[in-house]
Amino acid sequence: MATAAELEPLATFREQAREWLMANFPKSLAHQDAGLSALEGPHDPTPDEAAWTSAMGEKGWGVPTWPRTYGGGGLSRAETRVLQDEMARIGASNPIGGMGVMMFGPTLLEYGTEEQKQEHIPAIARNQVRWCQGYSEPGAGSDLAALQMFAEDKGDHYLVNGQKTWTSGGQWADKCFALVRTDKTKKHEGISFLLIDMDSPGVEVKPIRLISGASPFCETFFSDVKVPKANLVGREGEGWTIGKRLLQHERSSLSGGGGSAGRLLAGKPLSQVAKDYRGTDSEGRVSDADLRMRLVRHEMDTRAFMLTLRRAALEAKSNSGPSAATSIMKNVGARVTQDRAELGIEIMGMNGLGWDGEGFTEAELAQTRTWLWGKAVSIYGGSSEIQNNIVAKRILGMLDHQ
Amino acid sequence: MAVLTEEQTMLRDMAREWADNESPVTAFRKLRNAAPAEGYDPAAWSEIGQMGWGGIVIPEEHGGSALGYLSLGMVVEQLGRNLAASPLASTGPAATAIALGENDAAKSEWLARIASGDVVATLAVDEGPIHGGPVTTAVVGDRITGTKAFVAEGDSATVFIVAATDGLYLVAGDEGVTRSPRRMADARSHAEVRFDDAPAVPLGGPDLTAKVVDRATALITAEMLGLAEQAFATTNDYLKTRVQFGQPLSTFQALQHRMARMLTELELMRSVVEGALEAIDSGRSDTDQAVSLAKAVAGDTLKLVSREMIQLHGGIGMTDEHDAGFYMKRAAVLEAMWGNAAFHRERFARLNGY
Ligand SMILES: Cc1cc2nc3c(=O)[nH]c(=O)nc-3n(C[C@H](O)[C@H](O)[C@H](O)COP(=O)(O)OP(=O)(O)OC[C@H]3O[C@@H](n4cnc5c(N)ncnc54)[C@H](O)[C@@H]3O)c2cc1C
Repeated sequence: MATAAELEPLATFREQAREWLMANFPKSLAHQDAGLSALEGPHDPTPDEAAWTSAMGEKGWGVPTWPRTYGGGGLSRAETRVLQDEMARIGASNPIGGMGVMMFGPTLLEYGTEEQKQEHIPAIARNQVRWCQGYSEPGAGSDLAALQMFAEDKGDHYLVNGQKTWTSGGQWADKCFALVRTDKTKKHEGISFLLIDMDSPGVEVKPIRLISGASPFCETFFSDVKVPKANLVGREGEGWTIGKRLLQHERSSLSGGGGSAGRLLAGKPLSQVAKDYRGTDSEGRVSDADLRMRLVRHEMDTRAFMLTLRRAALEAKSNSGPSAATSIMKNVGARVTQDRAELGIEIMGMNGLGWDGEGFTEAELAQTRTWLWGKAVSIYGGSSEIQNNIVAKRILGMLDHQ
Repeated sequence: MAVLTEEQTMLRDMAREWADNESPVTAFRKLRNAAPAEGYDPAAWSEIGQMGWGGIVIPEEHGGSALGYLSLGMVVEQLGRNLAASPLASTGPAATAIALGENDAAKSEWLARIASGDVVATLAVDEGPIHGGPVTTAVVGDRITGTKAFVAEGDSATVFIVAATDGLYLVAGDEGVTRSPRRMADARSHAEVRFDDAPAVPLGGPDLTAKVVDRATALITAEMLGLAEQAFATTNDYLKTRVQFGQPLSTFQALQHRMARMLTELELMRSVVEGALEAIDSGRSDTDQAVSLAKAVAGDTLKLVSREMIQLHGGIGMTDEHDAGFYMKRAAVLEAMWGNAAFHRERFARLNGY
């Protein structure tokens, strides 16, 4: 528990945050859900959106806990929570995000050289550079260490050849953090962590369409791509360690995405949507008893998840960063997100399965796409099965069966 | 597998062969991409007509073979395996409505033409997105007025069997009929159909409505069975070929047990689906219960298998170029049609006095 002396500066910070938000947050953006843009690709920002992004970028509050030297907010965890509270109060959402913020930034802060941090972190903090993740290959999904893309040492640079797949946002990205093979004789120790400009000659992206109809990711081909040695993060052969660390950051931010579990559907709580579509009984309850109990189960599951996230955050005081427990969180986050989407379409009946055209509200059409897209949550960032393997081996100390 | 007559076995094998050769999933994909207004391939439908499948539940004196619902279900199941976009599951119950109905003129006018596949007939019952809501469509004199939601094959049907407050009516032709297509995730034909003083022929009272809706429900559980079987088989094959960690995925016990569980559920599903179809054919008095049992179990099982199909395929299952998404989308529509699992558990409870 915080003491009164600790709380005092927080109160001052709250005042300051409130004032700054008042002055900088465009009211037109209040309670605006980024909606599907995160899933379906970026859109041209409105003037208000651009202004908000630039204000948050200048202030460093898009990445509140990152050091000020690199354009972060330099806030403590407690201050960050206050900032989040204040933003939630006025319906402001953080306009700065993406893989740079969620995964690459924190990893580079830990493993990058001073030059690398200065080159990349401030640009991420200001949302000026879009990153994509070049991990998966056609033959290396869950078994990531089977990757084949090869970076050949050419003295002052590497010559990169190979293919990546499922590269989210590959077609919109400026840069790619990739796992490449620098040594073909060793599986894990032959992997290195390399930063590649997406506009380098020899990089080619081919968008892939998803079951939701959107094409937010790509097959990415690399032929004789020259990458300066300065773009190696960590040492040669250290890529597996760094790459796994990044995955932990990915998981913890994805499970934080369970925050989306508490999100409103069509601007309303799920139970209200159920009442609207399914009607109420004489006592004002959701009329379908079976659905009603499943809604309650889902709500309880979600709350248990949120409380666990909070407890884990408090317990991580030692600040040692994400641990294997992020695997548990990622799986629960995926579960509540997918249950919620399934309940959403069930509540809406045939209206929850519209594709396009007449006869459906925008919220209904969005629900269909959210449902379809959401099936990826338990696949990307390491599938639920792989997370369970991690839990069994690293937390429970169980053995491989081979 | 129910104990089949020789005739039924032949029919099932023929349907399976036709579906595999003439209507593979690639045919559905082509159709989805071309998005024809009627929502199905007229050439394939005409072959179905020539093979006599349109007449399986139609009495012999009206050009059908009167083989019954278990037989039709087996055909629909085989089509379902390959996602064949065919109006067969709609025309069957619509024909039954006419055959069991009290209007002889309607029987001689329509049944033979439905049996031969010349005419697409369908049911227009629900008025909202959720099955079982109030029906307000009413008949004044011999004219019917009301709006029906998500009518399967509503884009192309010539004959509508319409549920009104006092029973079923037949509406044929386009006088007073307005169709508005509804594009849904499964890329099949669904339309809102508005009847404005449309000429309507009475077929029977609310008892007939209930009987016919039960038949429609049982038939789509057969389609669901086909989908579930194929989603399962495709997944099983994939696990045997996809290599990760130096071995096929099918060597991982975590996945083996999930497949074993699904196979178990599929066995239960087959029993309840065949049980419902047999109950219809033998005219059992507890057919309504058998149908609710089938739809509830089918809904849960198909949901399990179709969602797992995506999960166990990993990234490739999320892509449009793979078939997994087609199965999941059609599954979700079938789960909602004619009442989902929750609806039928509740109905089952009511029928059993819980
Ligand atoms: C929408 C989306 C976005 C993505 N974005 C990116 C990206 O930006 N960058 C990137 O590099 N990758 C990305 N991925 C790829 C993602 O990380 C992989 O899809 C994932 O790791 C699974 O690999 P796979 O698809 O090859 O499936 P496989 O590894 O073939 O797995 C298939 C199934 O088998 C299971 N399985 C595999 N091994 C085991 C085991 N040992 N025990 C039990 N079960 C097992 C899996 O859990 C899965 O259910 C994305 C994927 C999706 C769907």
